[in-house]
Amino acid sequence: MSTQDKVIAIIAEQAVLEPSDVSLDSTLEDLGIDSLGLVESIFAIEEEFDITIPFNANEPEQSDFDISNVAAIVAGIDKLVAEKG
Amino acid sequence: MKRVVITGAGTINALGHSVAETFESMREGRCGIGELDFRDVDRLAIKIGGQVRDFEAEGRFNRQQMVLYDRFTQFTLVAAAEAIRQSGLEFTGDLAARSGVVLGTAGGGVSTWDDNYRSVYEDGKNRVHPFVVPKLMNNAAASHVSMEYNLKGPSFTVSTACASSNHAMAQAFQMVRSGMSPAMVTGGSESMLCFGGVKAWEGLRVMSKDACRPFSANRNGMVQGEGAGIFVFEEYEHAKARGADILCEVIGYAMSSDAADIVMPSKQGAARAISGALRDAQINAQDVGYINAHGTGTAANDKTECAAVADVFGPHADNLMISSTKSMHGHLIGGTGAVELLACIMALREGVIAPTIGYEEADPECALDVVPNEAREAKINVALSNAFAFGGLNAVLALKRV
Repeated sequence: MSTQDKVIAIIAEQAVLEPSDVSLDSTLEDLGIDSLGLVESIFAIEEEFDITIPFNANEPEQSDFDISNVAAIVAGIDKLVAEKG
Repeated sequence: MKRVVITGAGTINALGHSVAETFESMREGRCGIGELDFRDVDRLAIKIGGQVRDFEAEGRFNRQQMVLYDRFTQFTLVAAAEAIRQSGLEFTGDLAARSGVVLGTAGGGVSTWDDNYRSVYEDGKNRVHPFVVPKLMNNAAASHVSMEYNLKGPSFTVSTACASSNHAMAQAFQMVRSGMSPAMVTGGSESMLCFGGVKAWEGLRVMSKDACRPFSANRNGMVQGEGAGIFVFEEYEHAKARGADILCEVIGYAMSSDAADIVMPSKQGAARAISGALRDAQINAQDVGYINAHGTGTAANDKTECAAVADVFGPHADNLMISSTKSMHGHLIGGTGAVELLACIMALREGVIAPTIGYEEADPECALDVVPNEAREAKINVALSNAFAFGGLNAVLALKRV
């Protein structure tokens, strides 16, 4: 599975949707994922990819990790995975 | 209904090992938050907290006691000794039979759980100390206070996360006000600053890595603290008859439940608790001079709390002072309301309003007088203490100068 497919699977599960309902330009808000759902998604992504995502729920816009849509999340994960080497 | 006064106060927290030391730190706007120091701290992402320093339990408690006292119980007993000594009460006869202990804690013996899980899971041991259960149980602290001071009336422990102490003190207040008990020992304690205790909080992603800056636009989360605050609530005539030094009067309280979300606070729920406390105390909004805020330093709490205060107080919201002492001692979770009640007592009795330290940048969503960075002298008559817990459980107390 590609990063994209894995992320979509995680987000779809969180949003209680089919993976086919999640597209790259979907925002978490579009998908009905609230702040708790977001924290849980980030946890699931960290577990899946064995990475640590710099994310503070108090200042999401200040985090280095862009969560504005699914494509941004995928790109952010690829970067963290690459940095891990 | 009986009147209820506070005749004893005790504490240990990151700002001091007594009420006098804590008042001094609050007056000076000192920060008790620093680098955490315990096993495996290097595996945490959050490495700061309001830890109690220079506290040596050994020597203070004997060997038999040490095997039974988790750190949260140790803190409770230290604070209770100070409070009961100050009250001058000796619990014998009918007074002992009707007086009890109601305390708040969210986690109870967290470090006892942590140590023993480590022992059986990580170290692979197959045997734990026989007193693990009586040491970690949430009511251990209340029970040890009852045993130490011969308190034979109603005693129990309240656990409502960050509002535990306020719910406990509200309950004790009610018991004295109704005439059920002539005196109650109340307050709360917490000691979650161990690897597992902080690791669990990290998961929520609401913790700050550098400082607790309530109401400041650049706030980035909460910081945990630890310690205890213990008080003697006494029926007014009982206290007067024996010539006790009265620290202040407890005049009302209210509790409310958001019935909405397990972590996100609700303006309506908070506002109902605040306005309910005013109603119960039979005072007008204009009488309130100071509010000790819940003020956790999270994005969600601070703006919700300020909006609730603005709703309840209307134009008077701009005249009153509201500060969060969590900026100094951290968030004591289940013990926090008890330590924060001290800031209300200091305001009423000494005319000094504890500051919100770490305040750097105004936030239009928190546009109240948060007493930034420096304590202020002011004569006030009524103070409120807010606590709004995860789970949407709120409790607000109202205190009055005597």
